[in-house]
Amino acid sequence: MKDGYAIRARGLSKHFGELRAVDGLDLDVPTGSIYGFLGPNGSGKSTTIRMLCGLLTPTSGTANVLGTEIPGSAKLLKPRIGYMTQKFSLFGDMTVLENLQFISEIYSYPAGARKSRIAELLEHYDLVAQRKQFAATMSGGQRQRLALACAVLHEPELLLLDEPTSAVDPQSRRDFWAKLFALAEAGTTILVSTHYMDEAERCHRLAILDKGVKVADGAPQDLQCSTGMHVVEILADDPYHAQTALVDAPMIASVTQLGVRLRVLIPESVDDPLGLVDRNLREHTVAAESRLVAASLEDVFVAVTMKSQRIAA
Amino acid sequence: MKSISRLFAVMRKEIRQMRRDRLTAAMIAGIPIMQLLLFGYAINTDVRNLSTAIADEANTHLSREFISRLNATQVTNIKYRVTTATELEQLMQTGKISIGVAIPHDFDRRVVDKTRAAVHLLVDGSDPTISGIADQLRNMPIGFDTGAKPREPGLIEVRPYYNPERRTPINIIPGLMGVILTMTMLMFTAVAVVRERERGNLELLINTPVTSAELMIGKVIPYIAIGIVQLALILVVGRLLFDVPVRGSIVDLYLAAGVFVAANLALGLFVSTAVKTQFQAMQGTFFLILPSILLSGFIFPFDGMPVAAQYLGEALPITHFIRLTRGIMLREASLGDLPGDLIYLAVFAVIATTAAALRFSKRLD
Repeated sequence: MKDGYAIRARGLSKHFGELRAVDGLDLDVPTGSIYGFLGPNGSGKSTTIRMLCGLLTPTSGTANVLGTEIPGSAKLLKPRIGYMTQKFSLFGDMTVLENLQFISEIYSYPAGARKSRIAELLEHYDLVAQRKQFAATMSGGQRQRLALACAVLHEPELLLLDEPTSAVDPQSRRDFWAKLFALAEAGTTILVSTHYMDEAERCHRLAILDKGVKVADGAPQDLQCSTGMHVVEILADDPYHAQTALVDAPMIASVTQLGVRLRVLIPESVDDPLGLVDRNLREHTVAAESRLVAASLEDVFVAVTMKSQRIAA
Repeated sequence: MKSISRLFAVMRKEIRQMRRDRLTAAMIAGIPIMQLLLFGYAINTDVRNLSTAIADEANTHLSREFISRLNATQVTNIKYRVTTATELEQLMQTGKISIGVAIPHDFDRRVVDKTRAAVHLLVDGSDPTISGIADQLRNMPIGFDTGAKPREPGLIEVRPYYNPERRTPINIIPGLMGVILTMTMLMFTAVAVVRERERGNLELLINTPVTSAELMIGKVIPYIAIGIVQLALILVVGRLLFDVPVRGSIVDLYLAAGVFVAANLALGLFVSTAVKTQFQAMQGTFFLILPSILLSGFIFPFDGMPVAAQYLGEALPITHFIRLTRGIMLREASLGDLPGDLIYLAVFAVIATTAAALRFSKRLD
């Protein structure tokens, strides 16, 4: 691809009336990588993916997908892209095998090789036993495997996955990601949107979206190292009380409760974050232990979305 | 008390949802008013202006007097003047007239001679209401003696063509075929696109290399086969139970039906691309079916409707199909006798499919 990037977007925007679903998005997705879109619902993940595959026309901005300009000749792109919709979109009243056959025909997969390709996919995606089952009667995990099998059947160079794991159990999610790594290993570029932190952590690179704006991007490890925040973890007997003690204190950016623990974000400009926390807790006579820890991806997420809110305000 | 509050909760929810579905809300007000206006004005059992041709072989003072009286009844609308009765039969076979008036050369003598009918009324019996109306004309007085008593045989002899026994099934079934095919075919495709949209299949389909035209035509063709099977079923049952004949060519009939089915499927497909839910698609279908029954000439003669309603009727595929089936099955006409109707159906099918394909954008915005 051009400069080794499967997707390059500049200033990509989509407005629905007043709503700026995606606003001025710049994107560089290296060929052969797994690139994640992390963001809450309504952050513009689906809209971006739909623009990249030509389903939606950008309000402004451009994108180059696999060397093809968007908006423009989306038609040429269709055979080279695999797309997995957020909602299960295969035919529920057709069997697994019939769905795969239909997809192979619609993508004009070479007739002689269809049978073996479908057999290979059934095997690889563990659907051999379900091949005569109607898609509508399958479990969430099975449907998701079928959807992925259909999305990759025509061996696309780029795979766009819109929250592919939102309806499946943790075990199925793990298996699913193993399949994605294998595909990336074989050279497929994968763009995947998610709102699960653990999934985002598995991506080679990541863009965090919030209200249509990209608030951070980079490798997950780099993002974790550059939050601009100290992370203090507090273990308290009465975490609720501890939280009320800290939440409105000056210089404390955010407090999140995780069971009996609290994670507190404090800007790096504060020299003694532990001291700050302890002082506030003592003032409210809360007994607690606190220590500095490394930022998790969730901390990154909280930190960057807060920053964007401050800028907006 | 709790039950009442729950009841009201459900009622409020229903009303709220109904109001949000704007098309349905519009239909609640629009359908009754439109249908009322349309059918209130269009349906008129007091039929007038039936297309008529006259072969006046006598051309005497008395015969011209008779013609002007016939004209004054307003039941007939004299469109053609020909010279022989054979020409009247040809005009009727090709569906151009409903009534033919044959005045023999010895008309004046026959009026006086009380043993023979003076005028022959050729009546298109393939249309159910027309022969009844012709009976009214039969009692029209001829001659200067307006007080003349009715005589036997009458002055005017009615000859119901194509259905001399006046059996209702023979009149009804060719038209009913059109109604049945319209109902089923429209329904099939009206939900075809919108169903896939609702189930989410569409987002997958439009991301594949399949083109709009491939998708639309691919959706229509299988149903044409179903329509043909349905037609065969109606014909066999019509023949076995009601003894309804197919006097013309069966190949012509199937050809006409094939084009008609395609036109309806394409219309359904267009409805499907225009609505948002399957429920709206159903409403749209019913919206089209009612005029198809009432304005197509199936129940009320086409000539009797006001001009505006006739234009509407002409726009409906079924109007043309009923003309074709009555022509082919009962009047032994061939497709060549009724080229306009077949061409209209074909053009309709092409335009509606194109419109559906154009409306069906491979985008979501």
